[in-house]
Amino acid sequence: MKRKSVAIVGAAETTELGIIPHMSQIQLHADAALNALADCGLTPKDIDGVACAGASPVEVAWYLGITPTWVDGTAVGGCSFMMHVRHAAAAINEGLCSTVLITHGESGRSGIGRARFGPSPQTLQGQFEAPYGPMGPPTLFTLPVLRYMKEYGLTEEQLAMVAVVQREWASMNPRAMFRDPITVEDVLNSRMIAYPIRLLECCLVTDGGGALVLVSSERAKDFPTKPVYILGTGESVETPMISQMEDFTTSKAFRVSGKKAFEEAGITHDDVDHLMIYDAFAHLPIFGLEDLGFVGRGEAGAFIAEGNTRPGGKLPLNTNGGGLSYTHTGMYGMFALQESVRQLRGTAPAQVPNCRISVCHGVGGMFAASGTIILTNEEP
Amino acid sequence: MDLADYRKPIPKPTPETKDFWEGCKRGELRLQRCTACGHVFFPPRGHCPKCAARSVESFTASGRARLYSYIINHRPAPGFEQDAPYAIAVVQLEEGPRMMTNIVGCPQTPEALQLDMPLEVTFEPITDEISLPKFRPVDAR
Repeated sequence: MKRKSVAIVGAAETTELGIIPHMSQIQLHADAALNALADCGLTPKDIDGVACAGASPVEVAWYLGITPTWVDGTAVGGCSFMMHVRHAAAAINEGLCSTVLITHGESGRSGIGRARFGPSPQTLQGQFEAPYGPMGPPTLFTLPVLRYMKEYGLTEEQLAMVAVVQREWASMNPRAMFRDPITVEDVLNSRMIAYPIRLLECCLVTDGGGALVLVSSERAKDFPTKPVYILGTGESVETPMISQMEDFTTSKAFRVSGKKAFEEAGITHDDVDHLMIYDAFAHLPIFGLEDLGFVGRGEAGAFIAEGNTRPGGKLPLNTNGGGLSYTHTGMYGMFALQESVRQLRGTAPAQVPNCRISVCHGVGGMFAASGTIILTNEEP
Repeated sequence: MDLADYRKPIPKPTPETKDFWEGCKRGELRLQRCTACGHVFFPPRGHCPKCAARSVESFTASGRARLYSYIINHRPAPGFEQDAPYAIAVVQLEEGPRMMTNIVGCPQTPEALQLDMPLEVTFEPITDEISLPKFRPVDAR
């Protein structure tokens, strides 16, 4: 896409975050949407493009009273919202619509108004993975970890440090679900979930949502908020089954999506002030740092353990506390985008000084998909 | 275990996977090979995922594999309560492809489960139609 041709002018999360048993999943979409519209002074009648995952865009558009000329229901897991941003930018540039609303709402913890599904026995997952007893993402997403540890010598202590550092960020964020500092010992002594992964290395399970409003950069200056421009975008997919991932030490979807976004943005890694890497589990930031090219192969564990990504470090990472400590509804990518926007607006609870360029990298499924959005507050 | 008590997910073959599951029932691990480019692949499908040729043949694999990676699950899936904690593994077959499986015939511990250890296939009968391929350490016979 054309650099800085489209901007995020509205951004907000649900009014409450964490445990919201008095709101259904579709209402969480609506709550976030109405907050994002209020943020930029619009109403649903001003929206002509709708994108969402976890609900059909038909449902969200109808629920909010929107008659769109463009919809996107890309639903590939938690990075769907990065893809929606990318697709929306292309749609706005092509004139398919002018004002796009992207919504996320998920009753991940309370399960109110949420469809439950597992693989049917005739799907490939149903035939070739489910019979062996996986119990959701903690037992699938974590399968590559031992192989990565053996190949690169990553230690259990280094892996635990990912959770420790993110808790440092969360301690600065009043909306984070977990804010009390933790140590490596706390992590290693927490309950074993799927060896070698402990409880504190797994994301939270929460209720919540978020929404974004996108317009062309020419229109962005007419809004009350500080525009956040889209500088580069990428996306890719690899496999619906983690057992068929090409290499358990690196994500092909991460590499393809990240490279494309950096090329589009025309920036180098030294230009990046702030980084979000979707952290469903503690090894995700390690894979992300390497696959996006911030560090070399096998170096990310030490890079994090040495403090480079903690508050005051040279590469602030997951500054809201991440899925491990801030919130994780199930499809967390929207919250990573919200934090990038806050950092570039200068309104983050743990604000990075002079933040100009933020890279927001998402994963979908279990290394199944990826989307990368690079944002800036520097005007076109 | 009495089959009537088996509450774990049971695969249901499709036209593309029927040969694989029939092979398992006979005690054979069937893989596919592209007759155009020679690529060996899994899971089964009607074309080669590498070169897209529709000319594929199936053959019986050696059943030999190595332990590529695993987790030990402490939160059992429905039907697996008696097994916990149990390993969910991905094995690298001698012919190239990888598959998810369970490791049987050895303790479900990090000490007993060493990455790259040699394994061989064994088949667990589930129904008249389905036997599940699982793997055991080569020295566990």
